[in-house]
Amino acid sequence: MRIIIVGGGKVVYHLAKNFTAKGYQVVIINKDKEYCDILARDLKGVIIHGDGSQPATLREAEANKSDIILALTSNDPDNLFICQLAQKEFGIPKTFSIVNNPDNEEIFKNLGVETIFNTTKLISLLIEQRVEVADVNNLLSIEEGKVSISQIHLQETSPVLGKTVRELDLPHDIVFGCVIRGDDVLIPKGDTKLLEDDKVLIITLPEKQAEAFEVLSGEE
Amino acid sequence: MYVLVIGCGRTGSSIASLLSKQGEDVVVVDRNKSSFRKLSAKFTGFTVLGDATEIEVLEESKLDKTDLVVVTTDDDNVNAMVAQIASEIYEVEKVVVRIIDPEKKVIYKDLDVMTMSPTSLLVDNLIGQIGNWSKE
Repeated sequence: MRIIIVGGGKVVYHLAKNFTAKGYQVVIINKDKEYCDILARDLKGVIIHGDGSQPATLREAEANKSDIILALTSNDPDNLFICQLAQKEFGIPKTFSIVNNPDNEEIFKNLGVETIFNTTKLISLLIEQRVEVADVNNLLSIEEGKVSISQIHLQETSPVLGKTVRELDLPHDIVFGCVIRGDDVLIPKGDTKLLEDDKVLIITLPEKQAEAFEVLSGEE
Repeated sequence: MYVLVIGCGRTGSSIASLLSKQGEDVVVVDRNKSSFRKLSAKFTGFTVLGDATEIEVLEESKLDKTDLVVVTTDDDNVNAMVAQIASEIYEVEKVVVRIIDPEKKVIYKDLDVMTMSPTSLLVDNLIGQIGNWSKE
């Protein structure tokens, strides 16, 4: 596998290290001469100082022999151009790009970029999910929301600490999936005691979910 | 005809001024307010201040109702993005784009976009002229 990475600041170094460790061939294109020198010293791989949106630079990077291109610059028009040039002129089948302006996700998709990382949207989504309910994590909803799998992180305020599963006053239609304690995963039995910092995985009907959260977290 | 000119540099401002003088409805977009000073005093169109790679700016400029888009910013990659948004996504009938680096023309292959490269025009013109002289 041969991967070309364009731009990307400090992320590039770690990505390239990771990819080379997996045995991929990595080519890095960067506009910053000094940064290229540092990368060339510390990384195995081809480092090219240049503008990745120029055909000559991609030719130098032997783009026609590459399988993947990653456009990670902070400039969206540059990223789009890089991906399209790689695709149209050099036949690179897989194009990845970040978009800095979240509105550009749709545009990039329409204009043929295969995989798009909408960093702004991802970060704001993650924050919203965390802020809403700090210790409840909806993991999965199955059959269009008829069954949900969620994870509840037991805080010190939880009323179930020290109790066994048998002692819990849980509503019907709730199944205890497992308990994650540190690095261990326990399959709970009637005599399993719940402790602070346990992560409890439950399978519920959506209408019983709120009730289950109340019993386990103590919050209404 | 409703004409949208992206980039109000020397090229963009001249085109906008001339088309406005001919009686076309012209809107010019540029991200620097001072660029609009290059428009002629007789320019009667509208100016929109903003970055043309932001879809909101293009919508404010009524891209969906435009008959002709002329893309002339000083950045080839910005031009390519705006030209494709106009032609591929908003299906504007006529899109003309100025290309600074002739090597970048390849991006417009298979697209319904008319390209103009000042460098290529100058070179072709000059080579043609030299050819004429050598025949004399």
